[in-house]
Amino acid sequence: MKFRTLARHLREGCLNVIRNGWMSFASASAIAISLFVLGVFLLLVMNVNNLASELENTVEIRVHLDVVVPEEQIASIQNEIGKIPGVSKITFVSKEEGLDLLKERLGEENEDIIEGYEGDQNPLNDSFTVKVDEPRNVEAVAGQIEAINSGQSPPPIVKVQYGEGYVEKMFAVTNMIRYVGIGLVIGLAFTAMFLISNTIKLTIISRRREISIMKLVGATNPFIRWPFFVEGAMLGIIGAAIPVLVLYFGYGAIVEQSQVELGLMMLQLLSVDQIGWKVFGSLLGIGVLIGIWGSMISVRKFLKV
Amino acid sequence: MIEMQDVWKAYPDGTPALREVSIKIDRNEFVYVVGPSGAGKSTFMKLIYREEKPSKGQIFVNGFHLGKLKQRKIPFVRRNIGVIFQDFRLLPQLTVYENVSFAMEVIEAPKKQIKKRTMEVLDLVKLKHKADSLPSQLSGGEQQRTAIARAIVNNPSVIIADEPTGNLDPETSAGIMRLLEEINFRGTTIVMATHNRDIVNSMRKRVVAIEGGTIVRDEQRGEYGYEI
Repeated sequence: MKFRTLARHLREGCLNVIRNGWMSFASASAIAISLFVLGVFLLLVMNVNNLASELENTVEIRVHLDVVVPEEQIASIQNEIGKIPGVSKITFVSKEEGLDLLKERLGEENEDIIEGYEGDQNPLNDSFTVKVDEPRNVEAVAGQIEAINSGQSPPPIVKVQYGEGYVEKMFAVTNMIRYVGIGLVIGLAFTAMFLISNTIKLTIISRRREISIMKLVGATNPFIRWPFFVEGAMLGIIGAAIPVLVLYFGYGAIVEQSQVELGLMMLQLLSVDQIGWKVFGSLLGIGVLIGIWGSMISVRKFLKV
Repeated sequence: MIEMQDVWKAYPDGTPALREVSIKIDRNEFVYVVGPSGAGKSTFMKLIYREEKPSKGQIFVNGFHLGKLKQRKIPFVRRNIGVIFQDFRLLPQLTVYENVSFAMEVIEAPKKQIKKRTMEVLDLVKLKHKADSLPSQLSGGEQQRTAIARAIVNNPSVIIADEPTGNLDPETSAGIMRLLEEINFRGTTIVMATHNRDIVNSMRKRVVAIEGGTIVRDEQRGEYGYEI
């Protein structure tokens, strides 16, 4: 294709958007509304996923040591736990620190419950708090920690806790949330594609006459298709730009507003930076692709003359 | 130039449209195609510019074997044929100039040449002064002259005119006929389907009559031959 022809197609495609004003408006609106709904859901799903991940990351393993374990052995056990694959962080909590933590958690008015347990009366064990890099591996890691006991007597580790039962249920729930979220987004994306391509099809059907005249004067199919391709892309860009801008600024405002109220519940929305151009870029991309796809399949029908 | 050999045409739903049509139209001829409505005139015309494909038989136009033509070669046959319709078929959102130059853009002619040639044919159809008007601002005769300009702008060897005067009053029709005669005089073959008895009888040319899907009469300097 000659460059001049390409320039002509670009010009014609853009001009057609203007010439077919109302039809372009209808198509761009269909794209804008669909992508807006899709975008809202995408943001919602991403935030829910993020909360689920944060929840999962609170999972940790508590390793209680026997009171008689000497200090050197504590160091070697810490060393051994550190070697287990999947362990990301080990913190030693001495029984004194443990008591402080407990006090803190009980609050001032209940402090007297544990009064008198300080010093030698401390009933707590020394312990490790172990974090794993993948919360789902917590059970396996806990098992391996317990295995350190084997062949040693008396066993230095009294108890390994990670919230058995509770953790599995939580994973089931967070998993379900993820799947439902992905399903919703995919379903919405398809609905959007259907709605948009249908609208574009209607606008092109009204131009079958134009296409038939082009064919009559000897236009080749690619020659007819190109301006429609450009037009579809333009409609996609225009249609997607609106929801992207609205979501970008709207979501930013919501994040700011919610900081105070949600902060109290220890919740945090993803910031605009975290959402980043992944969401906005893909919305724009989807818009352009659907615009092109919609106009291409619609034109194809009329080219078979 | 145009040759049909034992051409049959039935539409996909089974409706027979043409049977046993054989005809030869030479370079620079002017042919009227007459006959009752539904006799097959339009199908006959459509076969020539390959809007329809024959069910049986062979059609040659400008050396192209239309029955065997590949889909993507069709545009190149059409570039050598200008088509004119009763309803003009102009693009309503384009100006007169754009409607005409459009046919040259399609064949990727150089820009300079497009401008020169478009003005040339607009001058020929006496529409130079309306170049920037939209079809909706023109009279029926002016619209048809725009359509004729579009049909001839690429110097086709054949013009197919399907009832070009069907929507026009007698005076305007006469103007269109003078224009077509002039185009014919400059060397273009013209095949024109018509119901206009006065035109056929006053401007005597070859007359091909189609009835019931077949050619029943073919005479030089013939008459319309039907009562209205």
